[in-house]
Amino acid sequence: MSHALATRNTEPDSTGRGVVRSWAAPITYSLLGLVALLGFAFGSPHAEARFRITDGSQKISVPDLVLGTTFVGWAGAVILLGIAAYSFVLVRAGRKLARWMLPVFAAVFVIAFLVWVIGSANTPNVYLSGLIAGSFTLAIPLIFGSLSGVLCERAGVINIAIEGQLLAGAFCAAIVGSMTGSLIAGVLAAVVGSVLVSMVLAVFAIKYLVNQVIVGVVLNVLVAGLTSFFFSTVMAADAEKFNAPPSFDVIRIPLLADIPIFGPIFFDQTILGYGMYLAVFLVWFGLFKTRWGLRVRAVGEHPKAADTVGIKVNALRFWNVVLAGVVAGLGGAFFTLVTSSSFNKEMTAGQGFIALAALIFGRWNPIGAFFAALLFGFSLNLSFVLTILGTPVPSQFMQMLPYAVTIFAVAGLVGKSRPPASNGIPYVKE
Amino acid sequence: MSMDKSPDLPPAEPAEAPAVPPAAPLEEHPDKDQSLISRIMSGNGLVSVLAIVLSLLVGAILIAFTDERVTSTASYFFTRPTDLLSAVWTSVSEAYLALFQSSIINSSADSFADAIYPLTETLTIATPLVLAGLGVALAFRVGLFNIGGQGQIILGATLAGWVGFTLDLPVGIHLVVAMLAGIIGGALWGGIAGFLKARRGAHEVIVTIMLNYIAVYLLLYLLSTPAFQRPGSNNPLSEPVGVNAAYPLMFGDGFRLHYGFLVALAAVAFTWWLLNRSTTGFELRAVGANPVAAKTAGINVSRAYLLSMLIAGALAGLAGTAQILGTERSLSGGIAASFGFDAITVALLGRSNPIGTLFAGLLFGALRAGGVGMQANTGIPIDIVLVVQSFIVLFIAAPPLVRSIFRIGTSKPKNKKAAAPAATGGAA
Repeated sequence: MSHALATRNTEPDSTGRGVVRSWAAPITYSLLGLVALLGFAFGSPHAEARFRITDGSQKISVPDLVLGTTFVGWAGAVILLGIAAYSFVLVRAGRKLARWMLPVFAAVFVIAFLVWVIGSANTPNVYLSGLIAGSFTLAIPLIFGSLSGVLCERAGVINIAIEGQLLAGAFCAAIVGSMTGSLIAGVLAAVVGSVLVSMVLAVFAIKYLVNQVIVGVVLNVLVAGLTSFFFSTVMAADAEKFNAPPSFDVIRIPLLADIPIFGPIFFDQTILGYGMYLAVFLVWFGLFKTRWGLRVRAVGEHPKAADTVGIKVNALRFWNVVLAGVVAGLGGAFFTLVTSSSFNKEMTAGQGFIALAALIFGRWNPIGAFFAALLFGFSLNLSFVLTILGTPVPSQFMQMLPYAVTIFAVAGLVGKSRPPASNGIPYVKE
Repeated sequence: MSMDKSPDLPPAEPAEAPAVPPAAPLEEHPDKDQSLISRIMSGNGLVSVLAIVLSLLVGAILIAFTDERVTSTASYFFTRPTDLLSAVWTSVSEAYLALFQSSIINSSADSFADAIYPLTETLTIATPLVLAGLGVALAFRVGLFNIGGQGQIILGATLAGWVGFTLDLPVGIHLVVAMLAGIIGGALWGGIAGFLKARRGAHEVIVTIMLNYIAVYLLLYLLSTPAFQRPGSNNPLSEPVGVNAAYPLMFGDGFRLHYGFLVALAAVAFTWWLLNRSTTGFELRAVGANPVAAKTAGINVSRAYLLSMLIAGALAGLAGTAQILGTERSLSGGIAASFGFDAITVALLGRSNPIGTLFAGLLFGALRAGGVGMQANTGIPIDIVLVVQSFIVLFIAAPPLVRSIFRIGTSKPKNKKAAAPAATGGAA
């Protein structure tokens, strides 16, 4: 019995083809669909949720979007259950689930939930553009962090140390930015700090073959200890001199920034915000459209084969981990040069692990990680907004969401989330 | 044996001979955790001691670097270098003396009780460290990374605390029921990761990390509900647990040390027996050594994963009871402190061996207790303890690094007789 179950579960993992049917995804979709049916459709507060698109300060004014919770709840539940039913049909026929299913399912679920929760709030009225723009701001360091993870793990090095990279970047940006008064020096310092963390990871993982999970975990503790130590000694002694970094100004692109909803996201950002879009594109383009990317992926999947055709596996891994440090450093700088005006003890507060979660939920793909980080940033921002609006859902559950969703993803309950085959395995030439 | 042939080598040299596998090529094992286990088990005491010494040195550099007395003398280092050196010596020796006096024996105390108070503090802090460290160590031996000590401690403390401050049971029974609740809470949280690993192939590292954060927010949510929150309070803090549910104090009111410490000792003995003397333990270790071979030998690997994570969680849950029923008495958001993460370093320093974990827990307990005193007496932030702790683990995780720093075993490759068997032994 258990033997049969075990093989049934391992088979699709190793072959990737759906020869053996896995009912996990359809069952999960159905359960979530039922939640939507009972919660959002039957549990509709029979009210209207008002989404303000513009708040009067923009040049263009758009009327508010008013949605009935009952209609949206039922429509959402029907679509979700429809997707669930279709997934049953596909699995029964022995076919793979369609790639659009998870994103569409997630999007419909989020919209249905949002309308329900705003409609149920004491103040059923939310400034949608602000909500979305805030989510992007929260998501930017997450996106940099998960890109760092993508660069490491695609080359076969597990990066649990994203948290440490972000924290080191934030600290170095704050202290060097304060001492020099220069934003560029601050960003460079953040990159250097984060790259140092990366290099320790790379040296221990690649040269000394130390288990990468252990190095990552220990690096997080080490960076937390070091930065807190210097925060309490150096920074606390003279905060004016060491912990008052300059802040990046928002660069507002005229006209385009006035476009409702999309304007603030794409055309009203800091340099680091615009840099994030560029980074996502570059990592995606680099990984999937260039020779370097092909090599990186080969090294992450099958290092022996890559070695056979003359790719220097460990050198490539080392430089990829270093590059990951550069990207994570930019995310770290965002904490102290954009969102906050000074460094604080352990100020990243687990965001490196949300970035790790985004990377996994995004299936080790830069674009996927981008959208996953956005979803997590949105849930985080929504939890803040809902606390103000007065809502039936405790904010702690919203904050739990990224972590819970990731467990679902790695357990293969919502489609398979498969890491690169040689992720975490050191390569030793024979 | 080889000592006779090469009498000019230092005596530590031959003892090192069989334990230098990292240089030897490792076969790429089907399960990557394999190399971890052999790596953890292959080290020896000397490397551990050297790692601790090196890490304290790193700590000393940090202490000296941030001390104003040192930095002020550095400006005229080339005219009077002795000033700098004596300032460094004063700074570092003051700090480490304070660390020692706050963790082992306060030599300047008036009474015997005051003199040994630091030692009891060390034991108090070591209690959850040892228990949670055992949980991590046990999972390591089965080839699993249990990063989830933090969440398991929180769940254990939450359930034990709820039993402690909600129920009203007679002396003795109340404590046992509360401890059982803690064990169940931890085992549940560990078991989720074990179940998902066994049945769905979900990587336990990811699952346990995520469960840690879920536990944090779950606790914060519970502490905002009437069932947990102290009446009339807006803070995320519960009522204190009942007197009957608490671990009795070992040396009266003057000391925080409680009988949870004996529970930790018993858990060390139990884990040792389980791993080294029981059939189940043999199966668990077999799975840790090579899951494919274990499966071929008829061992149920899935069951081993689930069982080990249940026990690991239960041990961490006991660490939670040490916090809630012993040291803290009231449930708060910080009930687990950072014991769950420290437990990982404890298990690594203890080389995943129950006895080793006990001593590693005592050492880190001493560092932490001493760190508190050091912060109070010399103003050096306790965060230095985290730095020292993580350096210890980094040095231990990479024995070749420590060896190259101290030049132990560097002459080995020249000794062809010793090198050849070492290489083949490593590859076999």
